[in-house]
Amino acid sequence: METYTLIVLLLAATLRVATPLLLAALAGLFSERAGVIALGLEGMMLGAAFAAAAASAVSGSAWVGLGAGIAVAVILALLLGFACVTQRGNQVVAGMAVNIMVAGLGPALALAWFDLGGQTPQLEGAGQRFLGLAWPGAAAAARTAPFPGLLYAQLLSGHNLIVYLAAALVPVSAWILYRTRFGLRLRAVGENPQAVDTAGIGVAALRYQAVIISGVLCGVAGTYLSTAASAGFVRDMTAGKGYLALAALIFGKWRPYPTLGACLLFAFTDALATRLQGVDLPLVGVIPVQFILALPYVLTVLLLAGFVGTAVPPRASGVPYDKNA
Amino acid sequence: MSPAAKLPRWAEFGLLPAVNLLAALLLSGAIIRLIGESPWAALRLMADGAFGSQEAIGYTLFYATSFIFTGLGVAVAYHAGLFNIGAEGQAYIGGLGTGLVCLALGHWPFWAVLPLAVLAGAAGGAAWAFLPAWLQARRGSHIVITTIMFNFIASALMTWLLVNVLIRPGQQSPESREFAPNAFMPGLHTLLGRLGIPFAATPLNLAFLLALAASVLVWLFVWRTRWGYALRVAGLNPAAARYAGIRPERVTVGAMLLSGALAGSLGLNELMGSQHRILLDFPGGAGFVGIAVALMGRNHPVGILLASVLFGALVQGGSQLSFDMPHVNRDMVVVIQGLVILFCGALENVFRTPLAALLGQRKPVGSDR
Amino acid sequence: MALTPDPAAPALELRGIDKRFGAVHANRAVSLTIAPGTIHGLIGENGAGKSTLMNIVYGFHRADAGEIYVRGRRVELDSPQAAIAAGIGMVHQHFMLVENFTVLENVLLGAEGGARLAGGLARARAGLEQLARDYGLEVPLDAIVGELPVGLQQRVEILKALHRGAELLILDEPTAVLAPQEADQLFRMLARLRAQGKSVILVTHKLREVMAATDRVTVMRQGAVVAEIATAATSPRELAERMVGRAVLLSVEKGPAQPGATLLTVRDLEVRDRRGVARVKSAAFDLRAGEIVGVAGVAGNGQSELLEAIAGLCLPTRGEISLGGRDLVREGLDARARRRLGLAHVPEDRLRMGVVASFSAEDNAILGYHDLAAYQRGGFLHRAAISAGCARKMSAYDVRPPEPRRRIAAFSGGNQQKLVLAREIESEPRVLLVGQPTRGVDIGAIEFIHRQLVALRDSGKAILLVSVELEEILGLADRILVMHDGEIMGEVARADATEERLGLMMAGVRTEATA
Repeated sequence: METYTLIVLLLAATLRVATPLLLAALAGLFSERAGVIALGLEGMMLGAAFAAAAASAVSGSAWVGLGAGIAVAVILALLLGFACVTQRGNQVVAGMAVNIMVAGLGPALALAWFDLGGQTPQLEGAGQRFLGLAWPGAAAAARTAPFPGLLYAQLLSGHNLIVYLAAALVPVSAWILYRTRFGLRLRAVGENPQAVDTAGIGVAALRYQAVIISGVLCGVAGTYLSTAASAGFVRDMTAGKGYLALAALIFGKWRPYPTLGACLLFAFTDALATRLQGVDLPLVGVIPVQFILALPYVLTVLLLAGFVGTAVPPRASGVPYDKNA
Repeated sequence: MSPAAKLPRWAEFGLLPAVNLLAALLLSGAIIRLIGESPWAALRLMADGAFGSQEAIGYTLFYATSFIFTGLGVAVAYHAGLFNIGAEGQAYIGGLGTGLVCLALGHWPFWAVLPLAVLAGAAGGAAWAFLPAWLQARRGSHIVITTIMFNFIASALMTWLLVNVLIRPGQQSPESREFAPNAFMPGLHTLLGRLGIPFAATPLNLAFLLALAASVLVWLFVWRTRWGYALRVAGLNPAAARYAGIRPERVTVGAMLLSGALAGSLGLNELMGSQHRILLDFPGGAGFVGIAVALMGRNHPVGILLASVLFGALVQGGSQLSFDMPHVNRDMVVVIQGLVILFCGALENVFRTPLAALLGQRKPVGSDR
Repeated sequence: MALTPDPAAPALELRGIDKRFGAVHANRAVSLTIAPGTIHGLIGENGAGKSTLMNIVYGFHRADAGEIYVRGRRVELDSPQAAIAAGIGMVHQHFMLVENFTVLENVLLGAEGGARLAGGLARARAGLEQLARDYGLEVPLDAIVGELPVGLQQRVEILKALHRGAELLILDEPTAVLAPQEADQLFRMLARLRAQGKSVILVTHKLREVMAATDRVTVMRQGAVVAEIATAATSPRELAERMVGRAVLLSVEKGPAQPGATLLTVRDLEVRDRRGVARVKSAAFDLRAGEIVGVAGVAGNGQSELLEAIAGLCLPTRGEISLGGRDLVREGLDARARRRLGLAHVPEDRLRMGVVASFSAEDNAILGYHDLAAYQRGGFLHRAAISAGCARKMSAYDVRPPEPRRRIAAFSGGNQQKLVLAREIESEPRVLLVGQPTRGVDIGAIEFIHRQLVALRDSGKAILLVSVELEEILGLADRILVMHDGEIMGEVARADATEERLGLMMAGVRTEATA
């Protein structure tokens, strides 16, 4: 029973860790499928995290925070769009520039406005944060029917709104990508923008729309980090999740459900690392926590090297579209 | 591809980066104003903090040294047409190499330790760059993604090493024991002192001179040897490279090895010259500053030297700034860094076209019909 | 201005279409009438202006002057959308397909019929199946386009156009990527389109197809229409003459050739492109010292691939290339190794591979020769020697201005080419491969370059000259090989070569035994 409880708690933790990763990975999905490399996920998330925490602290409402987080992420996304689509600049450099800029700007503004050494004020109470929502009868279920009850109480119930939202967004994204006109065009523009152009559809407009969507999703991801997973903004709080999300996207071969799988896998390793710290396992002994934490990156490299299947990115990814070329 | 308007050499290497820098500074000034402080005061404080005294200059040049190494590394790869985002990880592993030599051979005389430490640093950085390079050349794996992944793997690896292997027994903080004094890089103030020139004591050390030497060597290599020639051809025009009998895959690997070796030399400055031990996260973002420096310096050693000093000044001036302006600190420097990368890298065409129009340039002619 | 389309009016009428790109006058007051229910051929050499004209009709470019009438109605075609709305469809030479989409998805793109795909997919499927039956365009609708053979991919492009209601279909070099049987299938399908009242413009340079498939032919040359005839009233020979023109031959002073030992042998050479289509089929010839062998043919018939294979830039799938007793193919020698064996190469596209645009002239003067001992000093590049070498080349080949440090892009095309030629000839090769030596080169430089090639020949070297300019071949070559569709149609000695005879061979018509 104890193992079972452990496993359920581990899985529950996995879901919570996976949420920002998944949202960012979906953001990357829309962007890269349209042909714009998503290296700015880290910056958009961090910016959203700051904005959400600051707005929530000031207004007292996490929903205002969510709005602010999305707004800031979309502004950053538009900046990326301008650099990559309109100016046809180097998409890698643009993404890195945004990441670095935001890494400095967040703490700088936080220091100026809140005087807490680069953080935002601690968020208090249910109003300023997105807290866990217990499903009806969860506590009772855990007591009465241990096995399924625990599953219901810990794994399904008790997560905050954004976790459920993220889960719901996977089928929604799949639907948008594969069952709508917009999704068809978006996928096309990432493979062969010239084909889209000759069909009379605007390439730049499509790419901007994709980038804005990725901004919205990163906005939610960032908001989650500072108002749900933690109680405020702290410098560098994304800690590389934006790049990890990109790795998950690549591992998931730019498709919604496999990306979800990759995010869960990566999140699981993270949760496992915390749990296994210092634990002496049979045969292998103590696995250094750093090895587990490095696992997602190693897996991605193996994938890119072609040892774990092939990863074929959208053909036009990273290539600015020049009509006269 | 409709070619971007061409500028004369002086504008391409002097005016355009200056304009880009100006744009970055103006935006930063606006942000500082938004925070409620005066941009002019901030600028004056930073300039004073960076150059106002011998000590300030020493610190500025010390920071600049690390940026010169990583900047040169990024630039060499860029000339081969590659984007090396992995300078951070390469610096980390390179520093490990240097540090291990210092730990192991601390009882040897300094002039014996130094060349080995240099080699180890270069080898470590090159080794860390090798796999991503080979994967790009042989498997077509996008080098940007693999180098980013390798940065994280380096971080995990070094954390494990420092916590479990290199840590001084009985100590809490994850760092190695201190190097023996023979493995200390002599401070520049010491060297100047021997020449009878008084200079304030700062972390500025011999590695600065090594960085200058490296700049000269890189310049010689890229522009004055046949391998550098082949490198540039492969980066500018792979079809012409093949026509000339140059193999782009070999260039990819070779360039990245050299790039990693340069970035890996950061440990000479940071570890041998200042910290005198191996510690966690000693590159401290220098790998990314290297990207900014290379972009701003147009991938030329002279430009890189100037840009490195500028960024060293920003770091030093920025840290001084927080004494007088509690609301503005090193974070602002990071913002400026990001803005420089944005303007010099992604938005470089924004100013190029108007400048070209201003200077009355016309598009190049390649055909008479 | 009539509001309803006039059934008797031409499907398309162009009046006085004029277009310039900078100094290039791509279309000169072109007028063209396409009758409804016909297949109309549009032929001309590279640079004749056909592509520009069709791009204007499809809305990619706007003409500087002139009017366009579709079925009697004046239209402004300022975008592909406008062209599609006017009933014009285009099948490009390089397909505009999304390779990992299905056929159905590709057809649907841009004409989805609603925000949700489901309804549109079902309607499109029904409509496409009908079209397929009507015109013989069967294609598996759920197949991934990237996995289809090229002929079927082309059908998808045609279906796309028809699905959008094209009444006028433009096909740009459709048989460039097709095998002969697939080409025949295409023409049968076009005939069915014609029977249903659709009109087709067939842009091609293959005269045999024009004769077989079209009702009328328009010939363009140097941006202007030079002829418009009923196909039945003309012949390949006449079309070839019109296409190539009777321009005055640039007379090149040269004495007769004194051919010596065989320096280069090519046997049974086959070169395939990335799609696996054979571009050079079983080529065989010899190259002897002291002669210029010209390879004539309309662009795209395999000459480029032949040149690149011999130069070492692409690997043949079969065959033998012998130079100085060594088989270059079997030994897998790259371009650099071939240079060391005495094989120099002036590429067809100098800007793409012959020079590095942002380098100076002197840095370009050593491209491919950068590791020669003469250019090194103490491990470093001997800049003085490089500069001096470049200056020498510039003076010997009259490259102006004689400034080695100047960026190559700042030189005119003629001067760039002279420098490239100087570089390759001064390396004293035994065999020189030259592709389009005077493309983008002014008259004065053309003469100079021709004289240099003859001088090289006279000094006992062998030259393989590939050119789409028939005058150039006739002016320079001692022996002429004609390539068509990857095959060497025949070999003609200069004395026996006439434009008519060569033109026929270029059109794919074999003549009697060569001299």
